[in-house]
Amino acid sequence: MLDARGLHKAYGKRAVVDDLSLHLDPGRIVGLLGPNGAGKSTTVAMLCGLLAPDRGRVIVGGSSDPSTPQGKRRIGLVPQELALYDELSAAGNLALFGALYGLAGHARAERVQQALATVGLADRAHDKPSSFSGGMKRRLNIACALVHNPDILLLDEPTVGVDPQSRNAIFDNLLALRDAGKALLYATHYMEEAERLCDQIVVMDHGRVVAADTLDGLLRRLPAAQVLQIDTDAAIDTARLAADTGTGPVTQVGDRLSVGLADLATQAPRVLTWLAAHGYAMRHVATERADLEDVFLALTGRQLRD
Amino acid sequence: MNAFNTAFAALVKKDLILHFANRRSVVMGILAPIAIAAFFGYLFDTSRQAPSAIPVALTDLDRSALSARIVAALKGDSAIALAEMAEDSARGAVTQGTQRAAIVLPEGLADAAPAALFGAGAKPVITIVYDPSQAATLAVVRGLLTQHVMTSVSESIFSGRDPALGRGMLARVREGLASDSSVDAVRRRDLLALFDSVERVQQGSAAASAASAAGSVGLGLPFDTRELQATAHAGQSYNSFAHSFAGMSVQFILFTGIEFGIGVLMARRLGLWKRLRAAPISRGLLLGSRIASGTLIALVLLAAIYAAAFTFFGVRIEGSVIGFAGVAIAFALLTACFGLLIAALGRTPEATRGLAIFATLLLVMLGGAWVPSFVFPPWLQTASLFVPTRWAIDGLDAMTWRGGDLSAALAPIGITLASAIVCGAVAIWRFPTEQDGAPGG
Repeated sequence: MLDARGLHKAYGKRAVVDDLSLHLDPGRIVGLLGPNGAGKSTTVAMLCGLLAPDRGRVIVGGSSDPSTPQGKRRIGLVPQELALYDELSAAGNLALFGALYGLAGHARAERVQQALATVGLADRAHDKPSSFSGGMKRRLNIACALVHNPDILLLDEPTVGVDPQSRNAIFDNLLALRDAGKALLYATHYMEEAERLCDQIVVMDHGRVVAADTLDGLLRRLPAAQVLQIDTDAAIDTARLAADTGTGPVTQVGDRLSVGLADLATQAPRVLTWLAAHGYAMRHVATERADLEDVFLALTGRQLRD
Repeated sequence: MNAFNTAFAALVKKDLILHFANRRSVVMGILAPIAIAAFFGYLFDTSRQAPSAIPVALTDLDRSALSARIVAALKGDSAIALAEMAEDSARGAVTQGTQRAAIVLPEGLADAAPAALFGAGAKPVITIVYDPSQAATLAVVRGLLTQHVMTSVSESIFSGRDPALGRGMLARVREGLASDSSVDAVRRRDLLALFDSVERVQQGSAAASAASAAGSVGLGLPFDTRELQATAHAGQSYNSFAHSFAGMSVQFILFTGIEFGIGVLMARRLGLWKRLRAAPISRGLLLGSRIASGTLIALVLLAAIYAAAFTFFGVRIEGSVIGFAGVAIAFALLTACFGLLIAALGRTPEATRGLAIFATLLLVMLGGAWVPSFVFPPWLQTASLFVPTRWAIDGLDAMTWRGGDLSAALAPIGITLASAIVCGAVAIWRFPTEQDGAPGG
């Protein structure tokens, strides 16, 4: 549906996006995950034809350039900003943007209603965005990108400033769109969102793709799929624990001992037994699944969050 | 083409809705120019009230019969409100602004002026101290002073009404001529012959004056004047509101143009421009729709302001209605293109607004909206011809109180349109093509 190859964009001597390639297929959500300044928004701008890449190309639907009218009609952009006219009603906003894509008359009115219904705002069609909550504005922002029924939806951090309940509502909308056969690109710096929504995750840092795989594929790259968290008062010989139990990585920060486990069922008892045998008291024990934060840290040596 | 029309119409409609949705701003944008135009129109309305007499101080150091005659003549002139005072007080009054000018009649005026009238002897110097912030007053005072001094001096010499004064002045002139070595013998002889004739005229005038008190004999103004206002129709009074509404309409609608431009910058900041550019519409359509909506909005505002002018202030289109409409449309287009130029060249709304207001005030000032352009120094009057606002105001004046026909509107329309085209072309050329702002996150 959308194929981007070798995209490169620099401002002066600084490469903002460097040799980025990705592919969007119908019925799939691709996540573009990276911290602020990784180049996500610039990538989105190049994919929708707003920005010309210095090198590389983007092909939409097998043949179109996204900067052409044919290409643009197939793409719906949900910008990071709330690009809404506060003085127009929700339906008025959609009618305007629908008109820009050539919709008119009854067809436009019908599409406006459908887009509002898709995001759950059909009952607020005649209200102005200035009276909406943050979550509702974000949903309307998405509806404006849907009004012309695009095949591809590019979303740039669409849940900024949204409460968890509204965020869940947005996620439900996006999953429904995916199930309806649309191709979605979801740019975010929230790993939870990427983990929940995306069929494939492209991890970006400093303009480059550092990894691209499914969530499970990315997690398998880690030395440990689970982490055993133990609170103890004593200083543990972490190297000896790792060697004796065949686990790792093992780290202790203050009272918190973290032990990476490849297999929870077999290795967790081994660790607990070792600690008990050496006389270490354990105040609290818990397990945590490895996440994309760990993946990013392993790949880049930096935290995903600022 | 249908998709083009649909998108174009939708964008124009959006701009109109957004502009007129802010009712308070719209009302102020109409009321403010009306109020200020009404104020200026009232100030310069000569039909309802006589022009105020110019306050002038006078110091008579000569204390002669001649100077007394001059003072009396000046006091009798309705264009001047004369106040006699000591020289220091007179100068001080001008400095403080309570008097516009001060006239100092020098000692020896009565002795020197008659001889100077015949080109003999040095001219006495009458000092005029004037308020430099009221420079136009100087010419008026000097003209009135010239008139009354000439009349008083010549009347004193030629009329017989005051024989002693006249003979005495002539005697002093003869004495001065006799001792003036710069006058050659031939000229001296001719002047003396002239003085003999004057003496005979004096004697004859004295007899005639004794018989009839009417009339004066002397070098008075050899003409009378009849003042007619050069308005659209004979006998029609000048409506000062016509010019003030022209000036204030131009000023405040240009301010609206600034808001058009700032609005585009705000749209870029809010991400709306990004969404618009992501749609399958050309840059030309996007910018063209902005010009179209800006022109329409300016026209509506102009119509509202002039509706008030027609209804409440007696302004009329005395000239060509088509010409008036042409000037209005051309200026509305200029406003829209000016706004787009601001958006094209501006960076942030905050930084741009101040510069844009300054540029607008400069255009309006040079256009003659505040101060009539005829008070500008010559070089500035020439410079103002290159300012489109000057032509817009002149065009509106020509079609209202001046009563010009369509041909009088052609130059203002042409120059205003050409200015609009230049603004629009530069705006489209310089408008940023790529996504603004920093490399993204």
